[in-house]
Order: sequence, then structure tokens, then C-alpha cells
Amino acid sequence: MSTVFLTAALALLLTIVLGLAQVFRQAGRADSLLAAILFGTTGVAVVLLLGKALGIPGAVDVALVFASLAAVLGVAFVLRGWPPDDFPEDPRP
Amino acid sequence: MIPQLLDGTLVLVVVALAWRALNDRDLFRGVIEFIALGLLLAMAWLRLRAPDLALAEAAVGSGLTGALILSALVRMRRREQAAAGQPAGVATGPWAKDRAKNFSRVLLGALSVAMLGTLAWAALSLPAKARGLTAEALARLPDSGVTNPVTAVLLNFRAYDTLLEIGVLLLAIVGVWALRRGEWPAADLRERPLLLSLLRWVLPLLAVGAGYLLWIGASAPGGAFQGGALLAGALVLALLSGLGRRLLRRGRLVRTGLTIGVLVFGVAGAVALGWTGGLLQYPTGQAGAWILVIEAAALVSIGLTLGLLYLGGRPGEK
Amino acid sequence: MSFLDFLSALLLVPALFFFVAGTVALLRFPDLYSRLHALTKADNVGLGFAVLALMLRAENGVEVFKLALIWGLVLAASSTVCFLIGQEAVRRGLKPWTRQSP
Repeated sequence: MSTVFLTAALALLLTIVLGLAQVFRQAGRADSLLAAILFGTTGVAVVLLLGKALGIPGAVDVALVFASLAAVLGVAFVLRGWPPDDFPEDPRP
Repeated sequence: MIPQLLDGTLVLVVVALAWRALNDRDLFRGVIEFIALGLLLAMAWLRLRAPDLALAEAAVGSGLTGALILSALVRMRRREQAAAGQPAGVATGPWAKDRAKNFSRVLLGALSVAMLGTLAWAALSLPAKARGLTAEALARLPDSGVTNPVTAVLLNFRAYDTLLEIGVLLLAIVGVWALRRGEWPAADLRERPLLLSLLRWVLPLLAVGAGYLLWIGASAPGGAFQGGALLAGALVLALLSGLGRRLLRRGRLVRTGLTIGVLVFGVAGAVALGWTGGLLQYPTGQAGAWILVIEAAALVSIGLTLGLLYLGGRPGEK
Repeated sequence: MSFLDFLSALLLVPALFFFVAGTVALLRFPDLYSRLHALTKADNVGLGFAVLALMLRAENGVEVFKLALIWGLVLAASSTVCFLIGQEAVRRGLKPWTRQSP
């Protein structure tokens, strides 16, 4: 069973790698941040799955801390960190 | 096969992200890459079966530091824009024609090299094969008052290290406050009712989470630093939304909170010195209670310090 | 492999699907609004299924409670942040993509 969880964790890690492509190419500010938020949620799932697969009981608390602070980055971006000159990237074809 | 693939992917992505975060020409993207790096590092620590480090990375490394660097970036860009409007007269390159400045730069460089040399000498003079103190530390764990070996080392066996670390945090905020005032207009919450309804239950929950991490630190991964980071996250949210502004007006309360960690830790050390004859050597059988009191005070100071650093200066309007 | 194990593994399939869908949407959707939409839906349903799968394998009730709390926190944070981003984008005058636009 732990192999199943480990495989799922690996697959999710690969989606993060795929998402990094969005950040690496010339994405807008808001889009890069969206990617970071998606990584955060995926990361919570990966931490939980890894903890279960490896039998580390503390992993749930790690995920809990990630989830508790999930709002900080996004709120800081919108209320303070979004440069006024960023934008609006043209709609992609 | 799967574990090897997982480890290989983690190693490759962590190194690639670290490189990109340092070298990206677009600083904003660099910040995003740094945040992602923190997330992957937490996974790597967990994979190495080090949940304590994963927890610290989760608490401090990703969200909080990310918001802090983002805020620094905003300030930097604003300053650049202000400078662009001014007439260019003074050379602002790294080697401006200013003898006093160049002299101090050379002096600082020489001091840094000397410091590096001293550290290298100190590191090289150590025995090549470290014996380590794991066995001794684990053997004395029952005397430490806690069952989590990491907390035992941080708050009992090497408590003076932690005392100095909390002192460093205090120095950091004193330094930032000495440099400048740092207050900016808060967001208007009336335009964002959804944010208010989120903060209404997330802020208390973060405070409860901080207490939970402090309490569980005695027996499992957790402790004052991780709990303090949750408190700091709550404070950053409160400052951004304007809910925390009333706290800032109460200067004496804030200053007391910032110093209470060092104060309680120092007093505890002095009392223990008079009682048992050893600095920070807690009386036998009571170590658990002493650690809890010290950590609770440290939690308040760490949370306030990390949260108020986000202001980027001392409270007060310009 | 017990019945619970099987069910848990089965729940991971939609979880993975939604995470992959969210990532692909982030890469392929035409404008910020549609990407926001894809992110909040796909991503949180994905985490929901993963949490359900892990709940079936939890050691005790406390762990089940923590898992539910994690999901709730992420759900609330991500929805609120995405709403804030969308609202701010509207305020800045970002036009939504339509089929007619070039």
C-alpha cells in the first residue's frame, strides 16, 4: 500500500515540474503566483502522501502548517505585492 | 524503483530551482521560484525522515519569507521609480568616486576574508571523524523534561544557543526599527468582504495552531519557532488587512511582547544559576515546566518579531 | 490488500486526475479568469479526494480531524485568494477572453 502512496506522490511531484514550465516561460505576475498557489496545494497533498508512505506521523502537522499559512502569500500579493505596471498580458491564442 | 525516481526528481528540481531563483533576471519570478524551492525542500526533509526540519521549512521557509521578499521587491521598485525621476548627478555605480566609501569597502572586504579564514581554520582543526553526541544526548533524554530529542537539545542541553538565537531576533527588529519608519496604507476591507469573512476564523485558528505546536513540541515535531511562525502569519494578514493597526498604536505592549522572550529566558537562566549552580541548568524533575514557560514567552516574541518585520520599519506614520 | 486499501487507492485516481487537469489548465487556458476558475475547482477537488483516500488509512480520529481541517483551510484560502486576484484584475481593466478576440 505504501508503494501506491509513493507513486501518487511522485506523480504529483511531476505535475509541479510541469507547472514550473509556466513560471519559467514568460508568464505574467498573476500567472506565476497562480502557479505558486497550485504548488502549495499540490505540496500539501505530496507531504501527506509521503508521510503516509514512509510512516512519519509528524507529516500531518507539516501539512497543517502549510495549509494554515496558505492564505498569507496570496493576500500579500494582491494587497501589496502586485506591481501596478504588470499587465495584462494579452490573451493567449 | 519508485523511491529512486522520487529522490532523483526531488534532487534535480531542488538544484534547478535554487539556481533559477538566484539567477533569474526577473526578480519577481525569482521570488516565486524561491517559494517553490521552500516547498520542495520541505518534501526533501520529509523524505529524509526529518519532520522537525520539514516543519520549520513549512512554517518559515515558504509563505512567510515569500511575503517578506515580495514586500521588499515592491519597496525596491518604488525607490527605483522615485530615483528615475531625479536628475542624475551622483554616480551610483558600485565603484562611485568616493574615497571614504571605497576605503570602508576595502576594509569590510578584508575583515570578511579574515573572518572566513578564521572560520576555515576552526573548521579544519576539528577532528576529521566526529564522534557525535547522539548517544549521550539520547541517554540523558529522560532527565530533559521532554520526550522529543530535538526540543531536549534546543531548550535544555544547549539552551544557551536558543537564548542567543532569540537575542539575534530581537537585534534584528531593533536594527530595522532604527533604520526607518515603515507603515503603509492598509487595504480597505469594505471593498473585500470575502477577505474579512476568511480572516474572522483563520486568525483565531492560527493562534490556536501556534499554541498546539508549542504544546506538542514536548513530544513530537513542533516548538516555539514553528508556533511563532504561525503567529507571525496571522500578524502579517492582520497588518495587510488593517485589522492589526490598533495593536500598533499600543507601543508599550508591542515592545514588551518583543522583549519578553529574551527577558523570561534570561531571568530563568539567572534563577537557575542561583538555584542549581549551572547556567540554564533546570532543577531536577521540573525541567518540563521550565521549558514550557520559556517557550511560551519565546513564542510571543518570535511571532511578534517575524510579523512586525513585514512592516519594514518601526510603526508610526511618516 | 484489504477492501479499505483498495478503496483508498481507487480514490487517488480522481485526485491525480484533478491535479493534472489543474496543471494543464494553468498552462493551456487562454486568460487569467479561466485559469483562476480551473485552479480553484480542479485543485481543491483533487486535494479533497487525496484527503478522503488518506482518511480511510488514518490511524485515529485525531488524524481524520486534522485531515479535514487541512482540506477546509486550503479550500477557504485558495477560494478567497482567487476571488481577490479576479476582483483586482477586473478593477485594473483586464478584459476576459472571448472567441471573437484575436
